[in-house]
Amino acid sequence: MSRKRTAFLGTAALAGTVALSLSLSACGKADMTKQTSPFAAAKGSKSVTLSVQTWVGAQSNVAVAKYLLEHQLGYHVDTVQVDEIPAWDALSQGRVDAILEDWGHPDQEKRYVKDKKTITAGGGNGVTGHIGWYVPKYWADKHPEITDWHNLNKVANQLRTSESGNKGQLMDGSPSYVTNDKALVKNLHLNYEVVFAGSEAAQITQIQQFAKEKKPFLTYWYEPQWLFNQVPMVEVKLPKYTDACAEKGTKDPQSIDCAYPTTPLQKYFNTNFAKNGGSAAAFLKNFKWTKDDQNEVSESIASGGLSADEAAKRWVDKHPDVWKSWLPKK
Amino acid sequence: MSTASAPPAVQRGLGADAPKAGPVQALLERRGLAKLLLLAVAAAVLVPLVHAAWPGAAWPSALTIDLSGPLGKTSDWIIDNRDNHWLFVYFLGHLSNAVVISVRAVYLLLLALGWAGVTAGVTLIAWRVAGWRIAATALVSLLVSGVLGMWVPTMQTLALMVVAVAASVVVGALLGLAAGLSERLFRILRPVLDTMQVLPAFAYLLPVVLIFGIGVPAALLATVIYAAPPMARLTALGLRGADPGVLEAVSSLGATGRQRLLTARLPLARKELLLGVNQTIMMALSMVVIASMIGAAGLGDRVYQALASVDVGAALSAAIPIVLLAIVMDRTTAAAGARIGATATTAGPAWLRGWQVWTGVTALTALLALAGRLTGSAVWPGAWFVDIAHPVNDFKEWMVDHLYSGVPVIGGTADWAAHFTNWVLNPLRDGLTALPWYGTLLIVAALAWLIGTWRTALTAVLAMAAIGVLGVWKPSMNTLSQVLAALVVTLVLGFGAGILASGSKRFEAILRPVLDVMQTMPQFVYLIPVVALFAVGRAPAAAAAVVYALPAVIRITTQGLRQVDPAAMESARSLGATRWQMLRQVQLPLARPALLLAVNQGVVLVLAVVIIGGLVGGGALGYDVVTGLATGDLALGLVAGVAIVCLGLMLDRVTQPTERRTTGKGA
Repeated sequence: MSRKRTAFLGTAALAGTVALSLSLSACGKADMTKQTSPFAAAKGSKSVTLSVQTWVGAQSNVAVAKYLLEHQLGYHVDTVQVDEIPAWDALSQGRVDAILEDWGHPDQEKRYVKDKKTITAGGGNGVTGHIGWYVPKYWADKHPEITDWHNLNKVANQLRTSESGNKGQLMDGSPSYVTNDKALVKNLHLNYEVVFAGSEAAQITQIQQFAKEKKPFLTYWYEPQWLFNQVPMVEVKLPKYTDACAEKGTKDPQSIDCAYPTTPLQKYFNTNFAKNGGSAAAFLKNFKWTKDDQNEVSESIASGGLSADEAAKRWVDKHPDVWKSWLPKK
Repeated sequence: MSTASAPPAVQRGLGADAPKAGPVQALLERRGLAKLLLLAVAAAVLVPLVHAAWPGAAWPSALTIDLSGPLGKTSDWIIDNRDNHWLFVYFLGHLSNAVVISVRAVYLLLLALGWAGVTAGVTLIAWRVAGWRIAATALVSLLVSGVLGMWVPTMQTLALMVVAVAASVVVGALLGLAAGLSERLFRILRPVLDTMQVLPAFAYLLPVVLIFGIGVPAALLATVIYAAPPMARLTALGLRGADPGVLEAVSSLGATGRQRLLTARLPLARKELLLGVNQTIMMALSMVVIASMIGAAGLGDRVYQALASVDVGAALSAAIPIVLLAIVMDRTTAAAGARIGATATTAGPAWLRGWQVWTGVTALTALLALAGRLTGSAVWPGAWFVDIAHPVNDFKEWMVDHLYSGVPVIGGTADWAAHFTNWVLNPLRDGLTALPWYGTLLIVAALAWLIGTWRTALTAVLAMAAIGVLGVWKPSMNTLSQVLAALVVTLVLGFGAGILASGSKRFEAILRPVLDVMQTMPQFVYLIPVVALFAVGRAPAAAAAVVYALPAVIRITTQGLRQVDPAAMESARSLGATRWQMLRQVQLPLARPALLLAVNQGVVLVLAVVIIGGLVGGGALGYDVVTGLATGDLALGLVAGVAIVCLGLMLDRVTQPTERRTTGKGA
C-alpha cells in the first residue's frame, strides 16, 4: 500500500508545485508578452535569445553571432526556431531579442515598428537577398533558351511529374517564404503547376535528387544559398521588376507579373532589448558581413556536416578582421 | 445501442461449429439491408431536389460560409490586445506565467542534480517501481542520451514532460472524477473525449499559438489538451466500472459519499487510473516534436532544426533519446500498473517496502548527485561523446544512391512513388472530387450506419457537411484520397505481418522491439529519408503514414488472432481443416472485432501523418495548416484544422464498430 501512497504523494507534490507557482503569480497583472523562456539563462548569466529561421543562411548568421557573444562577450545565447511571420510576433513579445535576417514583411513592419513600436529596425546585415526561378546549369548549358521565361512553355512537357499532372512542375518550398509564384504562373500564362514541397528541407532533398540524375527541373530558389555550390543553377529571366509593378502588387497580390526584387536583408530587434541590451545589443547592431562570408558558414553546416557551432568557430578563426569591428568599443 | 453488441457474442457461439461464419453475416446483412433500403428511399427523394437546386459535383458555393474576414479580425484583435486586455493580463497571463515558473523549477532541479544525480534517481525509481530489468533500461537510456550529446535538450524535454504530464493527469483526473460521479456530465463529456482522442495533434497548434504566442507555454498547453483526454476517459470508466456489490457493502457499513469515494471507488479504479497515466505520458511524448514547431525547445527542437538542414543523422541523434524516454516511461508505468493488480508479487524483505526504501532512494540520489558535481561538470562531460550523425547520413546516402531509381527489374523507389501517385492517388483523388457531394454524404451515411447506429451516421454526415460549409471540400477530398490509399497499404501489410506474427512466436519476438521503436519514433524523423526515396509529393506522405500506422495494426491483429477461442480452433483442426482453412474460416471471422479495431486505429494514425505530410509536399489540408502556422494566417490554418477535425471524426465514426463504444457503457 505504501507504494501507492508514495506515488500519490508524488503526484500531489507535483500538483502542489503547479498550484503554488500559479498562486505565486496570481496577484496583480501578469503580462505574458514579457515572459521569457523557462530555459533561458539557466546558468544565471547575461543572456540573449536569437530567432533562427528554417533556412541555413539564417542559421549561419545566428551561429556566428552566438559564438562571438558567448566567447567574446560572455553571454549565454539561446536560440529558438520560428517561422518568419510568427518570429515577428515573438520578437514583439520579447520571446526573442533579435531577428538577424528578414526578407521584407511590410505588413508586419507597419504593425510592430511603426504602430506598436515594440520592434526597432536594426539596419542591414550586409547580405543582399534575391528570389527567383532557377534551372540547373547542366540543363541550361544544353538549352540556353530556357533562361528566358518566354520559352518556358516549350519545355513544360519535359518538366512533368506525377504531382504536376500534364503541366510542367514549378517547385516551391516552404509555405512561409515570400512567394508570388501562383500569381506569376497565371499572369504570364505559363503551362505550369506550382508544387509546394512543404518545407525547405524537402525542396533541397528533391533538388539534390534531380541533380544526381541530371534531370531538368524548374524551382523557386533564392540567393545567397549554399546549395548553389553543390548544384550550380542559372536564373530564369522574368519580366523586369519595376516600381510600378511592385505598387500594383501591394494593392492586389494576385495581379503581380514581374520578377522579385533584390532585397537588402534586414535585422530587427525587440525595442526593449535595443535600448537596454548593453553590449549584446551594440554588437548585434554592428553585425554586418557579406554573402561569401555567410555562404562559407552555411556550406560547412549543410554539406560539410559540421555543427553550427563548429562551423562558426572555423569562420571566426579565419576572419578576425571582419568580426573584430563588430565588438562594441569599451 | 445494446442490441448492436449482440452479434459478436452470437458469432462466437456459432462460428465454431459453422466455419462458414454465415449466420452472423446474414444477420448483419439483413439488418444492414434494411438500413440501406431506408437510405436509398431517402436518397431517391432528396437527390433530385438537391441536384436541381445545386447542380455540379463540387460542394455548392451557395452553401459555404467565408470565415476569413471575422477570423482575420479576431487574430488582429488578439495581437493588439495581448498586452493590455484584462482577459490576457489577469487570466491567460497568469496561466502562462505559471507554466514558465513550473517548467523552470523542474529544469533547474534537474540541472542541479547533474547527470549523475538524474541518472541515479531515474534508475532507482524505475527499479523500485518496475524491477531491475526496466531500471537497467532506464540507466542505459540516460547514458545513451548523454553520449549522443543530447543531455541538456533531454533535460529540457524531461522538464517540459514532467510538468505537462502532471498537469494533464490533474486536469484529466478532475474531469474524469466529475464524469465518473455525475451521469449527466458523463453523457456530455464522453463524446467530446472520444473525439479528442482521434484528432491529429497538428490541429491544436494554431489557436494555442495565436493566444499565447510562440514559446513553452503554448507548447505545454497544446500538449496538455492532447494528453489529458485519455486520463479523463479512463478515470471516468474506472469509477463507473466499480463492482456494485462492493459499493453496496461499503454503503451498508454506513460510509458517507466521500468515504465511499476515497476508500472504495478510487482504490477499485486504480488499474484504470494507472493505465490513464501511462496513456497520458505516451500521448505527451508523441507531442514533443510537433510542439517544437511552436517553440517547445528541447529534443523536439533539435529534430526540427536538423531536418531544416536535411541532416537525418542529427535528427536521429535527437530522436533516439525521445524513443528511449518513451520506452522507459511506458514500461515503468505499465509495470507499476501490473504490480498494483497483483499485490502479492511485491513481497520481499521488509526493508524493501515502505517509506525506508524511498528515503534510501532519495539519499542515494543526493549522494550520487554530489559525487557527480565533485568530479567535474554538472552537465554531461564533453569528452564522453559519440557522433552517430555521419555514419547515419552515409547510410542514408548509400540507400538513396542504390534504391532511388534504375534498380533492375523492380525499378527504383522513385518509380514506385510515381506509379503509386499516377495509378492510385490521382484516380482516387479525381474520383472523390468528381463524385457529387451528396453522393459522398450518402456513402458516408451508409458506411457509418452499417457499422454503427443512426447517431454515428448522423455525426459522420454532419462532419462531412461542415467541411463543405467551410469551403474546403476539394482539399479535404484530396486529403481523404491520401488517407484511403495509405490505409489500404497499411492494412494489407499490417494484416499480413499480424497473421505471420500470430502464427510464430519467434517472428513476434523479433518484431516486438521494432514495433516499439516505430511507434515512438517522432513522425518527423521519417519525413526526410522518405522524401529522398520517394521524391516530393503525396507519395512520401503516404509512405510515412504507412510506416507510422503499421505497428498498431500489426499489434492489434496479432492479439486478436491469438485470443481466438482455442476450443474453436481445436474443433476445426479435428475436422481436418488445413492451416489456411483454419485461418480463413475460423480465426479471421472470430477475430473480426479486433480487425475492425485495427482498421479504426489505422485510419486515425494514418490521418495524423498524412496531415504532417504537408511538410513534404502532401498538399491539401496539411499544407494549409502548415501555411497557417508559418504565416500566422488564422483564417487559413484554423479552417483547415477544423476540416481535419471533421475528417477525423467522420473516418472514426465510419470505421468504429458501435460495439466498442458499448463495452464501457454497461458500467
